[in-house]
Amino acid sequence: MKQEQFIAAHEAQWQRLEAWLRKPAGKKPAPSRATPTEFAALYRQTCQHLALARSRLYSPHLVNRLDRLVMDSHQIMYGQRRNLFKAIARYVLADFPCRVRRQWRLVLLSALLFYLPLVSMLTVIQYNPDMVYTVMNGTTLRKLEYMYNPEHRDTLGRDWERQADTDLMMFGFYVKNNTGIGFRTFASGLLLGLGTLFVVLFNGLYIGAAAGHLTQLGYNETFWSFVAGHSALELNAIVLSGAAGLQLGFAVLAPGRRTRLRALREEAQAALQLMYGAAGMFILAAIVEAFWSPLSWVPVSTKYSAGLALWAFVLLYFLWGGRRRAAG
Amino acid sequence: MIDTLRTVQTPEGIDLHLPVAGLIPRSLAWLIDALIRLIIYAVLGGVLLLFGDTGEGLYLLATFIIEWFYPVLFEVLRHGQTPGKRAYGIRVLHDDGTPIGWSASLIRNLLRVVDFLPLLYGFGIASMMLNRDFKRLGDLTAGTVVVYQETPLPVPAASAGKPTRPPYPLTLAEQQVIMAFAERSPALTPERAEELARLTGPLIDSRPNVIESLHGYAKWLSGEQQLADLSEPDKKPAPQPGEAA
Repeated sequence: MKQEQFIAAHEAQWQRLEAWLRKPAGKKPAPSRATPTEFAALYRQTCQHLALARSRLYSPHLVNRLDRLVMDSHQIMYGQRRNLFKAIARYVLADFPCRVRRQWRLVLLSALLFYLPLVSMLTVIQYNPDMVYTVMNGTTLRKLEYMYNPEHRDTLGRDWERQADTDLMMFGFYVKNNTGIGFRTFASGLLLGLGTLFVVLFNGLYIGAAAGHLTQLGYNETFWSFVAGHSALELNAIVLSGAAGLQLGFAVLAPGRRTRLRALREEAQAALQLMYGAAGMFILAAIVEAFWSPLSWVPVSTKYSAGLALWAFVLLYFLWGGRRRAAG
Repeated sequence: MIDTLRTVQTPEGIDLHLPVAGLIPRSLAWLIDALIRLIIYAVLGGVLLLFGDTGEGLYLLATFIIEWFYPVLFEVLRHGQTPGKRAYGIRVLHDDGTPIGWSASLIRNLLRVVDFLPLLYGFGIASMMLNRDFKRLGDLTAGTVVVYQETPLPVPAASAGKPTRPPYPLTLAEQQVIMAFAERSPALTPERAEELARLTGPLIDSRPNVIESLHGYAKWLSGEQQLADLSEPDKKPAPQPGEAA
């Protein structure tokens, strides 16, 4: 069959497919518009036409046109469309805690890497206060003391540079800073897990040193009541970011019976499922830290109770959340 | 293989050829995006910082979102193209040629942190130089590839020549070369077109106007003279697969 005959025979189909492609799916369909079933049929026919046009060495212009038709249709045929809100709801109610439980080994490892240095540093400083200088310099330390000095009770958690800042300002700061650290913790896992290892260990030591130093100074009430509220969310979000980063690292180090590349790809998808949740927890933590933790009129006992309640909730959520849904 | 084409087979048994984009257009696209981001920061900063601390809080939130999600939002919502990629006619796809989704885009853009190390995308560039699809580490991990967007070839102008049968049978490859020439020649200077046309040697030996006669063959080959030729035996050497499968 000659090219001109071929074009004459199929031009109408291609134009119909082109008309479909011009208008993104989901918008109000014109009456003359092809139905989705028809689209599938048109697409398959055009695929066949392309194969024919290629094997018969029809002119480059025709092959190029069919090529693009097939390429664009392929994008629509195999694109993913999901209901984002449903997906988010399902994730929060079931998928997230299930994923965390499925990766319990990594989460446990990450938790040990984080909480062990934290608690050790906190304890050691009670007996040897100078140990704080192993991770902090003098300026940072003075800022820290200023932030939780009972004399500055009204501007708790802010150093002298941030005295006049509003809660919203602090919220922006916490989101940007903490979530950014979480993302970097995850990403640096690609460096054979070493980046993650460093960030998690260092943050454990650093937070432990701060807590230990302030406790040793006797700023107990101001410090612990300030951090009680958001600690459950923030600290565990770091742990989960660490677990996600370690997952990347182990994919490269110990891919099992897969190629390294394939392992990396699969584990990255799984790790990202942890990161969605970790990012959400960082943002929730920032809300608590900016708008609840600095409230000076709230009695200390209320702050402790709220903090404990959040810890209990977070633990219960990860241990039992979504079990029924996942089974059903 | 010199061509940087990545071939992907679809479930329909068709090969899609994805022309992979290399380091230079991608770097330039990144540079444009970086400039756009810088401008957004400056404008946002100028406006929001007038509103004191509240504005600064909003500014920090906005910079957080832009810093981490600017490429993700554009890639997923604008068919794999950030403004910079759009300027250079490139876009991101999954390895199998399907449009990029949230998870792949998030992975490849979060991992920019590592690609950027030790400075100015050192690891990313090293990685791009070490595999045939120019993938940086984020692309390898997310299973994505950056390709040139196919641009439509210009419609060939109606040529002057009148359909003529070539003096002797041509192979399929030869026929295709002649048709390609007919489609391209309006874009060439007359001198260059004639120079190219002369390469066909014996085909146009005795002809006065070489370009026009090639156009004539092209027209005949593409079937415009079909009815007149029905009595002639088919000259094509290759057997043709049936039209209706």
